[in-house]
Amino acid sequence: MWRRRAGCRDDPLSTDISTAPTPTEKLAMTMNELDLLESRSIFILREAFSKLRPLAMLWSLGKDSNVMIWLAKKAFLGKVPFPVMHLDTGLEFPETYAFRERYAKEWQLELIADPCPPIEAVDQSLPNDARLAARKSLGVTQAIERYSLKGLIAGIRRDEQATRAKERVFSPRAAGNTWDFRVQPPEFWDMFAADVPPGAHVRIHPLLHWTEIDIWRYIKRENIPLVPLYFAKNGERFRSLGEIGITRPIKSTAANIDDIIAELQCTRTAERAGRTMDHESEDAFERLRTTGYL
Amino acid sequence: MTTNDNIAASAFPIVIVGHVDHGKSTLIGRLLNDTGSLPDGKLDELLRVSNRRGTEMEWSFALDALQIERDQAITIDSTQIWFQSTTRRYVIIDAPGHREFLRNMITGAAQAEAAVIVVDATQGFTEQTKRHAYLLHLLGVSQAIVAINKLDKVGFDQAVFERLSSEARVHLQSLSLEMTSAIPVSARDGDNLALASKRINWWSGPTLIEALDALKRNRTAVAKPFRLAVQDVYRDDEERIIVGRIESGRLKIGDLISFWPSRRTARIKAFETWNAATPILSAAAPQSVAFTVDEDLFVERGNIAASPEGGPRQSNAVRVRLFWLAPGQLNVGKALRMRVGTSIISVTVSHIHRVLDVDSLEFHDKKIIETNDIADVTLTSAVPFIFDLFHEHDTLGRAVLIDGYDVVAGCVIDQDVAATAHASQTVPRQASAHFQRNSHAGVVFWLTGLSGAGKSTLAQGLHKNLLNRGAQVYVLDGDIIRQGLNSDLGYSQADRTENLRRVAEVAKFLAGEGAIVIAAFISPTVADRRRVRDIIGAPFHEVYVKAGLDVCEARDVKGLYAKARAGHIEDFTGISSLWEAPILPDLTLHTAHDSYDSSLHQLLTYVDAVAFKDNERAVSQMNCDVSVTSRATA
Repeated sequence: MWRRRAGCRDDPLSTDISTAPTPTEKLAMTMNELDLLESRSIFILREAFSKLRPLAMLWSLGKDSNVMIWLAKKAFLGKVPFPVMHLDTGLEFPETYAFRERYAKEWQLELIADPCPPIEAVDQSLPNDARLAARKSLGVTQAIERYSLKGLIAGIRRDEQATRAKERVFSPRAAGNTWDFRVQPPEFWDMFAADVPPGAHVRIHPLLHWTEIDIWRYIKRENIPLVPLYFAKNGERFRSLGEIGITRPIKSTAANIDDIIAELQCTRTAERAGRTMDHESEDAFERLRTTGYL
Repeated sequence: MTTNDNIAASAFPIVIVGHVDHGKSTLIGRLLNDTGSLPDGKLDELLRVSNRRGTEMEWSFALDALQIERDQAITIDSTQIWFQSTTRRYVIIDAPGHREFLRNMITGAAQAEAAVIVVDATQGFTEQTKRHAYLLHLLGVSQAIVAINKLDKVGFDQAVFERLSSEARVHLQSLSLEMTSAIPVSARDGDNLALASKRINWWSGPTLIEALDALKRNRTAVAKPFRLAVQDVYRDDEERIIVGRIESGRLKIGDLISFWPSRRTARIKAFETWNAATPILSAAAPQSVAFTVDEDLFVERGNIAASPEGGPRQSNAVRVRLFWLAPGQLNVGKALRMRVGTSIISVTVSHIHRVLDVDSLEFHDKKIIETNDIADVTLTSAVPFIFDLFHEHDTLGRAVLIDGYDVVAGCVIDQDVAATAHASQTVPRQASAHFQRNSHAGVVFWLTGLSGAGKSTLAQGLHKNLLNRGAQVYVLDGDIIRQGLNSDLGYSQADRTENLRRVAEVAKFLAGEGAIVIAAFISPTVADRRRVRDIIGAPFHEVYVKAGLDVCEARDVKGLYAKARAGHIEDFTGISSLWEAPILPDLTLHTAHDSYDSSLHQLLTYVDAVAFKDNERAVSQMNCDVSVTSRATA
């Protein structure tokens, strides 16, 4: 009998599934669900590398993009065979910069950290914080042109945000870096169409099918390093990590990954609630995305 | 790693489909509420809105409201909505209607592992619902729960539910879509969604949530022969490392595999990994792998690695069933690129056979394919390519078609046309000579239907007519064959299969000699008829002699139904063993409504079109494409 949830829901994984697995399922269960997510992401990364050159990966230094680099190291057997790109606004937290310097070396990454164009170059009609974020869109456009990129890998997920939920795994961008979610190509059976006209490029989203909790479970399993700001200190932590001034911490006592997973199973607030530019106006994020934001 | 990690940790993707007014949104809204997935305060707000409008509680508002305040408290979108039961998380892939319905529905549904089909009890299984089911089947969704909704409107009548659920079961079965359960619900009031209904007291089956929780993740690919589409070859020092995803089957160190199209074989030497907890000794679908082999072979992207037995097919002409998504029409002669696995092949549409009428679910002879049509076409290429037939091996039996930069269609490969043509090429001149002598093509009309539907009677009528016209024609009738050729066979499943196999071989032989063959066999299941079609190939034409069980039983010409009902005949089709109606026969004869003369007339019209029409063209095509000749229907 169904029990109506009051307050926090039980961990859905703590209940045993009573039906016994069939022999076929037993075989397949040697691959668990994290393996399945990992396997599909590796497939996507290999498709991108095989079909789209020059190719680069965005490294925001956040948890998702660290998972993405980890997956790339798995896909390409230890060495990421294309540059990783940090769109540098100069406004990251000091811990974030320290992380970048350390792991760019340790992971043997070919790091590109060009400064984003200045705030004056951004569309004046956008709300304040969105303007700060929009510097990154200009940074993307600049990088696409400067390095003639045909493919750019980004770590967005469907469960993060409504317009991201409409995304494709291989998402073509017209020349000028614009995105129209109303006229997206059909995409099925993982048979991605990677061909685009001259001047256009493809955004590749290898984490699109992951959820926030999947990311944390995988970080735990693989022991992936993170910027320490994700873990609670003095009753606060960052759930989503952006620049100083436009990212706010949440109240939390979750000081390790297990605590964070437990916290996420109870939360009823959104992951990006601390990203101020998402909430300045109804369509702020949508406007950011249609003009090339991630 | 804890055992919990082994239980479904990622969200189980389901798609909700159904006719537009059958209560899809209400069901989703109510389901979110009853599983505690609506944000705090949302319920009160919905009540206020509903009261203000003076309406009953309108659960579908929950979706609309959430779409406006989409990021506030739970993640919701017109494409994906998350919720959880006590045992696992789900993601609902909503397939919104409107202008670009089909391409979005397909993009969404292709990600789903199961479907919930919502059916209004007062309306029944409508054509739109059947269309959705058909697309689910083409996309590879293999299991569905049918929610018979608005049961309050029919007074919770059990008979209505039983009738609709058995109708749904038969229909879905014929699409190879497993109906895991049918559930009587009233979505508006939450009956049998998360909570067992007190009002539907005759129901002891699962609630919708229980039925969802009972769905198994689709892992059948592991049990099939090994296939891997090569994505790339990486070079590491002197080693060449082959990478790709196992599409089906398993692979372990030491296994012998063959690469297509070269057909060279090698053994797996080692799996390459980075940061794996333990070295990998074996792998299974759908794992992404990297491996080396013990032979110095040239392998490249687009090649297929397969188990040496039961390998893929190679051909330069295939008949496919496609769904056309581009804004413009598709015509014969159109050049496209086709992606199968990881290879891309230039193809030409050499023949448009027929287009599905989605309202009647019958195929019509049309030469132009419009946007969103489902159609059968032949695609040919200059060079042979590697693939599987969809019904044998789904992953490499699928393809997408690309025009310029755009994906314009998806398709499943039904038939290797070149192989069929090749099989007949041993006697092409002779067949042509037969044709000139007989003035008709060698074809097989396979009459299927329940006992008493009128197969034998129509077969005899057609036989007589064709004999009078000087045709070379034979009747193969179930009753007669079983007294002679197959008198050694009984009625076990194996014997029934063997019975049909022998008949199919005989029919194929006679058609190859230029004869018209009329075969009248119950051939009760989709799989039975598929096997027959595979043996006979292009000359096969499926004719459904359609009369319902009630009609056939009332006729009971041979008294067999009475005996079956009395338990004197075991495994009697329709009574005690399965009957699956053909889902897309070439011709349907409605003998319950139409007179014998009218049915025979329709049959003759079809036979004329297939076997006698346009003799000149038929003769000339006989030498190059047997399939096209016999499929050129009217």
